[in-house]
Amino acid sequence: MSARGTLKQKVGRFLVALPPYGWLVVFFLLPFLIVLKISLSELQAAIPPYKAIFAWAEDGILQLRLNFGNYSYLFSDELYALAYLNSLKVAAISTALTLLIGYPMAYTIARSPARYRNPLLMLVVLPFWTSLLIRVYSWMGILKNEGLLNSFLMWLGIIDSPIQIMETNTAVYIGIVYSYLPYMILPLYATLEKMDLTLLEAAADLGCPPFKAFLKITLPLSMPGVIAGTLLVFIPAVGEFVIPDLLGGPDTLMIGKVIWAEFFDNRDWPVASAVAVAILILLVVPIMLYQRNESRAEAK
Amino acid sequence: MTTQPPLIRIERVTKRFGDFTAVNQIDLDIRQGEFFALLGASGCGKTTLLRMLGGFETPTEGRILIDGVDVSTVPPYERPVNMMFQSYALFPHMTVEQNIAFGLQQDKMPKGQIAERVKAMLDMVQMSQYAKRKPAQLSGGQKQRVALARSLAKQPKVLLLDEPLGALDKKLREQTQLELVNIQEKVGITFIMVTHDQEEAMTMACRVGIMKEGRIAQIGTPFEVYETPNSRFVGDFIGNANMIAGAVTGGEGADWTIASSDLGCTITAHHEEPLPNGSDVTVMVRPEKMSIGRQPVAGAINTVSGRITDIAYLGDMSIYHVKLAGGARLQVSQANLRHGIGGRLEHDEEVSISWHPGDSVVLLA
Amino acid sequence: MNASLSGRAASLYTMLALGYAFLYLPIVLLVIYSFNASRLVTVWGGFSTHWYAELLHDDKVLDAAWLSLKVAVVTATGATVLGTLASVLLVRFKRYPGSTLFAGMVAAPLVMPEIITGLAMLLMFVAMEQTIGWPAGRSMTTIVIAHITFCLSFVTVVVRSRLAQMDMSLEEAAMDLGARPLKVFLVITLPLIAPALMAGWLLAFTLSVDDLVISSFVTGPSATTLPIVIFSKVRLGVSPEINALASVFVAFVGCAIALGGTLSRKQD
Repeated sequence: MSARGTLKQKVGRFLVALPPYGWLVVFFLLPFLIVLKISLSELQAAIPPYKAIFAWAEDGILQLRLNFGNYSYLFSDELYALAYLNSLKVAAISTALTLLIGYPMAYTIARSPARYRNPLLMLVVLPFWTSLLIRVYSWMGILKNEGLLNSFLMWLGIIDSPIQIMETNTAVYIGIVYSYLPYMILPLYATLEKMDLTLLEAAADLGCPPFKAFLKITLPLSMPGVIAGTLLVFIPAVGEFVIPDLLGGPDTLMIGKVIWAEFFDNRDWPVASAVAVAILILLVVPIMLYQRNESRAEAK
Repeated sequence: MTTQPPLIRIERVTKRFGDFTAVNQIDLDIRQGEFFALLGASGCGKTTLLRMLGGFETPTEGRILIDGVDVSTVPPYERPVNMMFQSYALFPHMTVEQNIAFGLQQDKMPKGQIAERVKAMLDMVQMSQYAKRKPAQLSGGQKQRVALARSLAKQPKVLLLDEPLGALDKKLREQTQLELVNIQEKVGITFIMVTHDQEEAMTMACRVGIMKEGRIAQIGTPFEVYETPNSRFVGDFIGNANMIAGAVTGGEGADWTIASSDLGCTITAHHEEPLPNGSDVTVMVRPEKMSIGRQPVAGAINTVSGRITDIAYLGDMSIYHVKLAGGARLQVSQANLRHGIGGRLEHDEEVSISWHPGDSVVLLA
Repeated sequence: MNASLSGRAASLYTMLALGYAFLYLPIVLLVIYSFNASRLVTVWGGFSTHWYAELLHDDKVLDAAWLSLKVAVVTATGATVLGTLASVLLVRFKRYPGSTLFAGMVAAPLVMPEIITGLAMLLMFVAMEQTIGWPAGRSMTTIVIAHITFCLSFVTVVVRSRLAQMDMSLEEAAMDLGARPLKVFLVITLPLIAPALMAGWLLAFTLSVDDLVISSFVTGPSATTLPIVIFSKVRLGVSPEINALASVFVAFVGCAIALGGTLSRKQD
């Protein structure tokens, strides 16, 4: 198939390209343009509850009425700034914990005998196939004051009275680590598994004991996996709604919860859109980092 | 030299993986400054033996002494031995310089000294202008040089080379063979190389150990293993050989008469040891030791005749495949010394082949 | 050296085992407590299947489950078709006008927070209804469209890697023997990437059944999916009935995986 294909080939290629390309433009790209547009319009008590940006003035000139009020509102109310910062904090801590738990697991699986690797990996992915909602819910019964964890600890005699875990940030961390662990382990496993083990033999041969070789060879070489896993957990965790809503308390302010509340409770679509755009701007850097990391890994 | 104790002593070393015995009771001494080659087909245990010297495998039985010290269970990072890996195993995230410095840093060598040593190694392998490159930016030959520099940087007592030229193309390989020998002579470090390429082993090594099924079949200089193999296996493995089966019928001094059913006649072969009458032997004659022509060589002791079935013209020489009247086939090679068209032997020609008894080897195994 | 090596291995495997315990214990406890006779979630009141019976009579749950199933089947099928085409586009077409935009659009839903995707989709549906009158209101249709959009990317990830690994010389051989491109795709390529299509379909199905956030945005009063029902119940606290529902879910997924496992083993 040369670049100068026949007309028939060109038509064929166009027919293959059109459905997925068209679908994504209409149902993915367009919605984000609309969000951007609405975030710049005014709230009105109607359906839909916002005013058009473009309006035809009397003399037939198209007027653009941009309203940056929604954005300045975000800055004026400290709730949003707090929610942003807190989302970043919660996402960062949870991602670090996920990495801490995921790395040794991925490493052990990647270095186990070849015939056990796939089953072990399967065991990591398996819970992912059951509902996220149910998995988060399962922790409610464990973490609450009269829940299984507290009962167990009290039965052991480690504590006398229940410790408050449910409705704290700790519960949210546990929930995020639990839900996103496979996203961390899979890319880590992929880079660790394809690593050339003779590099470690070479390091040992040159006088480097095992743990040092891990730090100087394995760890740097697994960085693409660490970056991919970290971003795959961090990015969705920033916008997470279900986990902080179910496991967090009223003071667990996260941006996902704010959008939900703005949208469903206050029905303030323009502000909700402005919050969404603001998250996107916040996430553009990590998303681009992720893309670059992936295309680099592909190029190798 | 001979009075010196060996640098490496391998004592009845065996390595088993489950039911499989990779290395079977090998004894081997290697002297300081030697270039030793372990030669054998894949799966013969040569790489396992090398890896035991490097510390990547522990012997199941027996022990390995380096400079009189038992290192059988010493981990690789504490051995005075370095290895050049077949895949080179250059660290992809480090530059050429950093790769070469890696081993020196492990020894906590002062920074200034490291820089000096790295520079010297880069000069030695003529890679100075590539010091800041990453391995991915190097060609195969350049990677090979960096790997060599890295493994020599620590000035080990022994350098192990696992198929050091295996990843290079033919032309580059031939050129690198001599370079490697020159470097070895310059640094004076004992080299132990594993290879499956007999030409490579013969060109580079002072001594060659030929391995078969976990054991060493023969050890000797390239000349010894080629001219006087101790078994059919070695004779066949190194170079080309005509193997003629027969039975001893009598002898006079060191010349023995052997009745060959293959050839359908009796031949005379030279052998220093006594051979009992009637014993089955194989007489090996190298193709280049036989002469071929339209007329029998006058006064030749061993002469047979046949018809040329194939001629492989290699430029510098030709290999003639000759079918004898009795059905046996012989290979004869002859240098193409003359341009002469008229003298050239043709396909299907009747020829006569002869050789001197002293150019044949009697093999008992 | 061997002793310390095995010691290191032992501690690594212990960590791995703890990791698996962390992953599975909550689900196991959930299933155990679904058979608890007591309404109090943490007090064991004896074995009972009472909550399963209750579940069977909950029309709201059953209706929602049926809707979720329908949505998931349509979504998985649509996303697999579009995702396969998208993979062909990404792997085989290489450079064409707008290829970078396309690669970006395929990858973005993978990392986009659901809450933003959901909001964006809803706002688009509202805008479309205003301008072209379609889709009329929010219903199963809007849910399916939204689900296909985000599942498409996941299917593409799976199919694309398989397609990229495929030996191109197989297709070239078929063409050399006289098959036209479409025929080559149907007879050679498709059967070879079929396992990836199956995996992609299952992934899309699961994601669709599982989705709460995007569905909550793009649904209307007429279409309540199972996660929406569960979420409204869960928000009120832990209840044995949800334990039972969750256990049914786990059992269903377990059976599907066991079936898939034996099927793929038979294929090998």
